[in-house]
Order: sequence, then structure tokens, then C-alpha cells
Amino acid sequence: MAEDAELRTDVLVIGAGGAGLYAAIEAARQGAQVLLLDRSLIGRGGATVMAQMTVAVALGTEQPDDPAFHLRDTLAAGRGLCDPALARLLCEEGVEVIQEMDAWKTGWARHADGRIRQAHAPGHDRPRCVYVDFLSTGPAVSRTLRTQAQRQGGIRRMGEMLVTDLVLADGRVQGAVALDLAHGRAVRIAAGATIIATGGLTRLYRRNSASANMAGDGYALALRAGATLIDMEFVQFFPIGHLAPRLIGMDPIMWDPFRYKLGGRLLNSEREEFTDRYGAPPEGGRYVVTRDLATYAITKEVAAGRGSPAGGAWLSFEHVPEAELRANFGPVIDRLAANGIDLTKTAIEVAPIAHYHMGGIRVDTRMATDLPGLFAAGEAVGGANGANRLSGNAITEALAFGRVAGRQASALAKQEGIAWTDPRAREALALAGRAGAVRPGFNPAAMFAALQATMAEEVGAFRTATGLARAATRIAALAAELGEAPPGAPLPHDLARADWFDLRAGLLVARAVVLAATARTESRGAHQREDHPGLDAAWTSNQTVTLAGGRLALGQQPVAAAA
Amino acid sequence: MSIAILSIHRGGPGEAPRRDVFEVPFEAGQSVLDGLRWVREHTDPGLAMRYACLNANACKECMMRLDGAVIYACTARLEAREMRLDPLPNKPLLRDLVTAIAPPDERPPDAA
Repeated sequence: MAEDAELRTDVLVIGAGGAGLYAAIEAARQGAQVLLLDRSLIGRGGATVMAQMTVAVALGTEQPDDPAFHLRDTLAAGRGLCDPALARLLCEEGVEVIQEMDAWKTGWARHADGRIRQAHAPGHDRPRCVYVDFLSTGPAVSRTLRTQAQRQGGIRRMGEMLVTDLVLADGRVQGAVALDLAHGRAVRIAAGATIIATGGLTRLYRRNSASANMAGDGYALALRAGATLIDMEFVQFFPIGHLAPRLIGMDPIMWDPFRYKLGGRLLNSEREEFTDRYGAPPEGGRYVVTRDLATYAITKEVAAGRGSPAGGAWLSFEHVPEAELRANFGPVIDRLAANGIDLTKTAIEVAPIAHYHMGGIRVDTRMATDLPGLFAAGEAVGGANGANRLSGNAITEALAFGRVAGRQASALAKQEGIAWTDPRAREALALAGRAGAVRPGFNPAAMFAALQATMAEEVGAFRTATGLARAATRIAALAAELGEAPPGAPLPHDLARADWFDLRAGLLVARAVVLAATARTESRGAHQREDHPGLDAAWTSNQTVTLAGGRLALGQQPVAAAA
Repeated sequence: MSIAILSIHRGGPGEAPRRDVFEVPFEAGQSVLDGLRWVREHTDPGLAMRYACLNANACKECMMRLDGAVIYACTARLEAREMRLDPLPNKPLLRDLVTAIAPPDERPPDAA
């Protein structure tokens, strides 16, 4: 009986980053009642708000451009594994959503004559990346969408809701069970259609550029419900994440805009440029090397004993005059000074940091998963970016896929209506809300840190069969320690209980990554196997992961033909 | 090794407020949020606090009081001394350092 559920909605959107907010706005515009949930506060958590700068879109304001050219670069970056239909959708729909965002007053940076400015990012054949300000594109995008979601009627927004399970009946997703973190209780949500927009999995790594709520929980929801994941082995490392000296109040990926503006020099311990030794074009003070190559080059130099003292590479702006640094990054230069860093006198240390996940939930071009009633959007989707994502494609993907998912979910909900079968939710309801046996000494926060250490050490930018096997063993041990139910009674803002659910999801998703990474005996894009160097044309296929009876199953499918 | 001493408000609405004191290894260049996360990983995972973006000063969720003044825990420097941490004043207390800071129409309803 639908009356049993505490909340009812046509369209349930899980996650209020760029993809979820756009999906909610579009679904509501199509006439659906929408419930937009986030485990954090609305429009504050997730990855979008942390984006620093670039949003790739073929507007052609600097040079003539076309989505077909953007698509060509996206497919090239993906090293042969992109789903061309999804990549095309990103590039084409991207133009419309960025223009709509402009009409909503995002404040894209402009030339004096009114043209939107576009920066030239690595991997693109021409200037194609719009931005707001060098360090605040993400907050501006979030703010714009948040305002629009408030203006658009029909969207009930609710933060502090951690969705723990999807609820199925007759093979169809009928809603979800969530842990209301504010009150510490389980809540049933009946929905005509459900969209997962929870982002990726980069919090599974010790050093990451993600917010605290990006640990693959959406992938786990989809897997446990019976949907298929794809390309799980491809985790993008951002090559120049800040490493040393320690500084506070700065995003570790802050050096990207510096490189766009000022170039900078990436150096090894001998103070030599080195990325060209690994196949990158000579830098010559410009920012040209792609993310997978730079990550590979830095990791190799460190392994060869030519790393910086903290185990990364030097990034130097010492040759850039102070006036030029100030003209471009005045307020940031002050914040760096407060941390004791003077870029004219010292280089800083950088190293790869987990940044984005190319893999995710398998969908078609309607953002529909294999499961009736379930859609996905944004980074949670796998396939558009293949083995390596092009700079600037993440926000475009979030907004474009969000809009498509919102439209399609709205149509489905209107057609199918809301059903709810309470007995199906019973188990999930008990898990989220019931008091478990108290376990003295049980520390899920420490266990999560142990998982992050394992992923960083064994499943990072460089992988081997033996390291992946060690990771599988440690993950299994952590899963055994986790047990079948969270200990203790739920409390208001119970982070330990949230950690338990994060571990349940994160350990399952980590298993999926290890499984796919172990099977792929080649090196391609973001997946580099030390024991299988070089790309193997026989591996030009996508791997899928499904869950049945508690066991993960790996599948293989040919790369989709060009759309 | 020098240490930072975090004296933290504990408890929820209606409970007699108490303080717990935690010693945290101190290293220059750490934030108060780093110290609080250390406490959860090593001493008391039950400590309630609010944060999302970790260190980017983007989410604005980690607002609390340090020695009476409102700060963001991610941008306040951890120091090798006793630091008193309290929840925001004039916001409904949920537990420990967490208050209800979301707009009222974006909170889970009190009676579901």
C-alpha cells in the first residue's frame, strides 16, 4: 500500500549536485512532482560545487567549433572505449544546457564584446572550455541550479537523507529507503521513477579531490537492485593534486587554473622537465599534457627515484614575475602567503590524486538502466568517457545527462504511476532504522581509512596482479569485520551509522573495481598495469559487473558502434 | 611530539551539556577539521560533526565555534594548545557540534 510510505513522489532524485539538480528542474518542468534528496545539504555536497574551472562545450566563441569536433576529442581521450552514442549526447546536449545555464545567469566569463570566453584545455583541438572564474566555476554552477530549483515549482528539496536501499517489486524500482540523518530514523519513499545522481567513487582513495560523500554509494544501490555497472576499472587520477607543503583552506586541485593561465613547469628531483619522455609533447611552459599521461609520467619518475621529497613532482612558477602572479591570482597569492608559500621563491610538490570515475551505471541514451523505473545521471553513469575523461567534460556530462534523465523519468512516472509494496521494504527499513547489538571498539571511521589506504596502495594509478590480489584479501577482511547490520541505536546525525552504510557500499564497489582491474591484462588510459604494459587491441571491449546472490559477476561486451 | 587539545561540546538537546577532551598529534599545516577527523578515526567515531568538501571551503557546512568565535573548521588552523569547540549558537542543536543549519523547507520533516 502506497499509504504506508512516509514520502511519495512521481520522480525521486538521489543526489543534489549538478546532475541531480538539473534532473529535478527538468522533471518538474515536464509536470512531475519531484523529491530531491541529498545526504549532505542541498547544493553543497557532491563534486559540482568543488569544480575549479573548465566546462567543455562547442560554443565556438573563440574559433568556429562544432559538437562533432568535441566528440572527436572525447573519443580520442577515451582510448577506444567510449560509448559513442553517450559521448555524442554529452557534446550535443551540452551546448543547450550551457546556453540555458547562461540564461539562468551563471555568469560565464566574457570578452569585452560580450562573447563567452573559452580556454584551451589539454586534449582539446581548440579553445572549448567556458568558466566563471578561475577558482569558482563549481560554486557558481551549484548556486545557479539551486536558485532555479527553488524557483521552479514542484520540487521538494530535502537534505540529510542517506538513501540506503532501492525498493523493488515485480522487477521494477518502486522507491527507496533512506536514513534520515537529522533525526536518526528510517524513512520509506514511494516513487514512480528514481534517478541516481550520486556521483562517483573517488572517496575510496586516501588522496582524493572528492567531497566526503563520493564513495560509490549510487553504484552499490544500483548493483544490489540488479542493474549493471560498466568500465569500473577506470579511475581518473588528477596528476597535479597538491602534495606539500601542507596547506589549509585550499582545494588540492587548485593548481589546474594556474597551469591554464601561467603554464608553470613540472619538474623531477633533478629539476628537469620529464613528461615528454613518456610521449607527451614538449611542454615549453604550456599546459598540454593529458591527465592519464601526466599521472603515468609522475608515477614513473617517483618509482625511478627521481621524485620530489614528499613523493611527487615539483611544480614551479619561480620563473613567473610576481606582478604576473598577482595580476592573475591576487587573492589566492595572499592565501598562499598565509600558508607560508611564496611561489616566486619556491616550487610546490604535486602528485596524482583520485579525481573522477569514468565507469559507472550502464544506461542507454535515455539514461535508463537495465532496471525498469531506474535512471542514472552525471558521473554515476559509465560509458561516455571510456578509459580516460577529457578535461572539462564532467560538468557538461552532469548537466546534459541530468536534463535527459529528468525528462525521461518524468515521462515514465506519468505513464506508470506510483506503486509501493511495503513488505518489499521491510528488510531495508530494519537495517536502516533498527538498533543493532553494541560492539565496543568497533570503529567504522578507522575501517574506512583502511579501505582508502588499500585502494591507494594497490588499486591506484599503477596496478599489478599481486597488488590487486592483496587488495581483494584486505577488502574481504574489512567486509567480514563490518558484519551484517550497523551496531547500536540510530542517533541524530550519526556519522558512525552513516560510515557503516558507506562501508557496505564502498567495499562492494571496491570489489567491483578490483575484479575488473584484475581481468583487464593491458594498459589503457587510466588503467595502467605494470605487469601488462601497453595497449592490447584485443582488449578493445567494455567490462560489465553485476551482482547475484552476493557474488559479483564480470562480463564483456563489444564497444558500441558509432551512433 | 606536540599535541593539540580539543575540548568538545557533547550531547544533544535536553541533555546536560558536557565536554570531552581529546589529545591530537599536532603537525603544522593541519586544520581544525583534520583534528576532528583524527578524533573520529582514532578515538571516538561517535563524535557528531558536519562536513562535506573536506578542505576546499566550498560546502560551508563545517561552521562551528572555536573559543567562542564562529569559524569554518576546514580553514581554521589547528594549534598546539587547548582549543574549545562548540556548536553554533542560535541554531537548533542536533548533537555534539551539529546544528540544524539547512533552510527549514530543505530539512527532513520533524514528524514523518
